[in-house]
Amino acid sequence: MALINFLKPKNQLEEGGRTAAPVQQDEGEPEKNCPNCHKDIPLSRLWANDLVCSCGYHFRMKARQRIKMIADRDSFNEMFREIRSGNPLGFPGYADKLETVAAASGEEEAVICGTADVGGQSCCLFVMESYFMMGSMGSAVGERITRLFEYATEHRLPVIGFTVSGGARMQEGLLSLMQMAKTSAAVKRHSDAGLLYIAVLTDPTTGGVTASFAMEADIILAEPGATVGFAGARVIEQTTRKTLPKEFQKAEFVLKHGFVDGIVARAGQKKLLCDLLKMHSRSVML
Amino acid sequence: MNGAPYERVKLARDSARPTGLDYIRKIFKGFIEMHGDRRYADDPAIVGGIAWLGERPVTVIAIEKGHMAKDRAYRNFGAPHPEGYRKALRLMKQAEKFGRPVICFVDTSGAYCGIGAEERGQGQAIAENLVEMSTLCVPIISVLIGEGGSGGALALAVADSVWMLENSVYSVISPEGCASILWKDSTKAETAAASLKLTAEDAKSLGVIERILSENDIGKKEFYDRIRNMLDDEIKELSLETDLLSKRYGRFRRIGITADSKEQL
Repeated sequence: MALINFLKPKNQLEEGGRTAAPVQQDEGEPEKNCPNCHKDIPLSRLWANDLVCSCGYHFRMKARQRIKMIADRDSFNEMFREIRSGNPLGFPGYADKLETVAAASGEEEAVICGTADVGGQSCCLFVMESYFMMGSMGSAVGERITRLFEYATEHRLPVIGFTVSGGARMQEGLLSLMQMAKTSAAVKRHSDAGLLYIAVLTDPTTGGVTASFAMEADIILAEPGATVGFAGARVIEQTTRKTLPKEFQKAEFVLKHGFVDGIVARAGQKKLLCDLLKMHSRSVML
Repeated sequence: MNGAPYERVKLARDSARPTGLDYIRKIFKGFIEMHGDRRYADDPAIVGGIAWLGERPVTVIAIEKGHMAKDRAYRNFGAPHPEGYRKALRLMKQAEKFGRPVICFVDTSGAYCGIGAEERGQGQAIAENLVEMSTLCVPIISVLIGEGGSGGALALAVADSVWMLENSVYSVISPEGCASILWKDSTKAETAAASLKLTAEDAKSLGVIERILSENDIGKKEFYDRIRNMLDDEIKELSLETDLLSKRYGRFRRIGITADSKEQL
């Protein structure tokens, strides 16, 4: 019940002033069941509405689709694609896993980085990919993010980042853990240069990514219903032997406790990001 | 030394090992403890304050597990809450203001996984330490004395020089946790421990630490004397460093091996 209430856009900003185009539904078209309102939604309608159900439930979105939604048409210029995961520790099963996941997701890493225009304003953009090992951070993800912040610092560009991650990638052991320190140091240099970093936390953002660059932005936004936390809910239940409330670690819970600036539905994200970029552009500062 | 990795994990967890406070009391003189994060509470899992290292005042911060059952419970078994990390950062900022080096002793299975810890932003607290420590203008040395459990350990180990006791471990996840997630079988912890490369020698060969400290005389006077001398020498060297922050940045910047890296293990 509470979930439905906060998922509905509360104001025009969240709504983004945009209405879904009427979509012709073919007979026998595949449908997807919404886990929130339990209605079947035709796929075409879901796609036309950025994978958001009419009840407000946000389905997971692939990174490239998100880039399309946020970046101005044809403005995204991908960088650091050559940086890919190896199997540095010879971890059992990891090499095969990387291959399977790459084939299934069509991606080569769990983050896509590049430059883009958002509402005509240049920025660096990174979008994590839940379909690639649940956006986990190993050496390659850490290196790509670090290089992006270094590039942004050098070229005096703001960074917008969409996070989704299960945390540090176990299969690269300590090397993954160290990426938290490496990326954080790069974020700090960007910040010390007086540059803007906006993070949008999407479902789920947890573990080592929450404990590093996801929580280090100047402005932190979250998608409705996104799980945002450090420890996994199952681990907490096992440690504390307590049943967790339903809203635990949801974006609304994190907002209530003061760790994000706002919850923004997909339909309102681009406009809000444009406005924020504009308010921080040097041309408006006197 | 050189036991199987999972044996090393057990040694690292042994409650008979010296804990953070043992190191503080035996290496330093005149320790004055400072409590509280000034925001919410004082976390007994992290002990911090000012002490003399020879002739030099230093800020010392240690994760404390406790020895006896009651003390261990009071210290939450060395699993800090966000307020512990925030206290540590407060003391580090104070050290920076007064030009004191910072020495951290790390020994935790991990940052605490609980409801209150999440409500008060465990992830944010760790992240803030990583960010702020990366540019703290005084030398930082971190010594892993037992368990180096993931982000909860790293939050006190963004340092200019990181050392590990020979039977301490440093890992992104506990071997049990790794086995249960990857293979749905926590009894495969031995395999996980071997695969995670979590021993001091592994950490050194991955470029994650600078030095391995022998445990031959652990707990004896000579053991603490030796560490005191090493800390003293290292601080002298780091204090002369004119490019401290660039070097610290570079130290972490280099870590990571990707498919296109030239070096493979």
